[in-house]
Amino acid sequence: MTPPPARSSETPYLPPGLPAPTPAGDALDAPYWEAAQEERLLVQRCDACGLHRWGPEWICHACLGFETRWVEVEPRGRIYSWERVWHPVHPALTTGCPYVVVLVELPQADNVRMVGNLLGPATDPVEIGAAVEAVFEHHRDADPPFTLVQWRRADEP
Amino acid sequence: MTGSLRGAVAIVGIGETHYYRHGQSPDAEFKLALQSVLNACEDAGMDPREVDGFASFSDDRNDPPRLAAALGLPELRFSNMQWGGGGGGGSGAVGNAAAAIATGYADCVVVFRSLAQGQFGRFGQGPRVPRVRGRNAFTVPYGLMSPAQAFAMRVQRLFHDRGVSPDTQKAVSLAAYHHAQQNSRAVMHGRPLSGEDYDNSRWIVEPFRLFDCCLENDGAAALVLVPAERAKDFRHAPAYILGVATGVPERAAASAHNAPDYATSNFKTVAPRMYEMARMSAADVDVAQVYENFTGGVVMSIIEHGFCTYEEANDFIRYENLVAPDGRLPINTSGGNLAECYMHGLELQIESVRQIRGQSPNPVPGADVHLIASGPMVEPVSGMLLGSEATL
Repeated sequence: MTPPPARSSETPYLPPGLPAPTPAGDALDAPYWEAAQEERLLVQRCDACGLHRWGPEWICHACLGFETRWVEVEPRGRIYSWERVWHPVHPALTTGCPYVVVLVELPQADNVRMVGNLLGPATDPVEIGAAVEAVFEHHRDADPPFTLVQWRRADEP
Repeated sequence: MTGSLRGAVAIVGIGETHYYRHGQSPDAEFKLALQSVLNACEDAGMDPREVDGFASFSDDRNDPPRLAAALGLPELRFSNMQWGGGGGGGSGAVGNAAAAIATGYADCVVVFRSLAQGQFGRFGQGPRVPRVRGRNAFTVPYGLMSPAQAFAMRVQRLFHDRGVSPDTQKAVSLAAYHHAQQNSRAVMHGRPLSGEDYDNSRWIVEPFRLFDCCLENDGAAALVLVPAERAKDFRHAPAYILGVATGVPERAAASAHNAPDYATSNFKTVAPRMYEMARMSAADVDVAQVYENFTGGVVMSIIEHGFCTYEEANDFIRYENLVAPDGRLPINTSGGNLAECYMHGLELQIESVRQIRGQSPNPVPGADVHLIASGPMVEPVSGMLLGSEATL
């Protein structure tokens, strides 16, 4: 299956100054962060039993196999849960509230879940189960640069 | 299973410092710990030099060897840390101490927790660092970085899946504030909360309003545990450990919010084991101290401990059912983490002991069996049942 055209944004959803994601010191998750900069969404998949998994781990919790590959998945999902944040807990967010955090479930990847922001007006109603698609939010001026995987409402697949 | 802690160990001393608003303690965190230990020994009527072990939780910074040196203990036999953050280890630490005593590792163990957030920083704030790695890299850059933010989506999903009303959260909050008004130690003593105040309070993170969230405080609390056969040698009526359990269900700590069972307090496996050890059920519990990091977690905990079903929750978890002395299940009778003090939940064990002694600010007459549920929605959680002598 050919993934739909990648969508991206150069405008961060949240104000600048939050901690930047960096690959883990043990390199467990480095392929994910590299691929995000190329607007591809990767998750882990067990070589032995084929189970997709997220977040990154060294071993398959289903079959205990260590052999794992990173596979590209279609950057679409549905909202599993959400929250609207009104109280800033970081100086960078004092001008950024409210904002919406979503937990997105990926049915095409064994229902793994990913945390992101729901783009669009923060006070718009949010519905559990609604279809969303990824938006690759580039932070090219950061040192080193990184890309966040954000989500926006989509037409039902 | 070859043994049980049921009735083998008792809490005979309780101690606490003054409870301060966060950052307001005039004393260093280690000094607070020392004061709470001495206060607990004084309460028990014993020489602090009889203490031979310490147990704590949540990466407490005040390590037992230093405590033992500072207190001049003749011998330290047991020093134990229950892994896991938040208040989920409160009952687990008591269980570890009790297990040490029951198996002969030690004879008099103090369980303690000390917090001076002015000295060490607050829980409810995001990390002030330029970069995050590991599991934090998948949450913090999206503005998901505080405990309230970590748990709000679980509660949102509970409401969605199970038809539980947010009004249950309000009931938990109002009950805690009501109880705190009778408790002169409570940080929120003299600050009553009305339903209107609650409804008008600001959102912290939906579905949590300000009064759904625990306090943050400075202070310290301590418990003295001894073998049951010595329990009557001390000043007050003993509180016996009837059952204790700790743990989490399958993959509860999977990162990026991937726990298979998401809308849970994590007590579904722990509560049954606790009841099994005590040879009791929810029907036996008279009063419950249910750790409140956020009220939605209390709602889940009440359900997962068997006091009501999801379908019954909106009817059962109402203010009048939760207040002492006549509610069907009085909870958090000192004001708890919401309104007495956020001592990482160890104030809940202290309140249970006070209930058993008849010293609670909101006594429930005839209450013999007391639940303490430590740390909903964290990993691991723990729980325990305490009883009066009549329960043995």
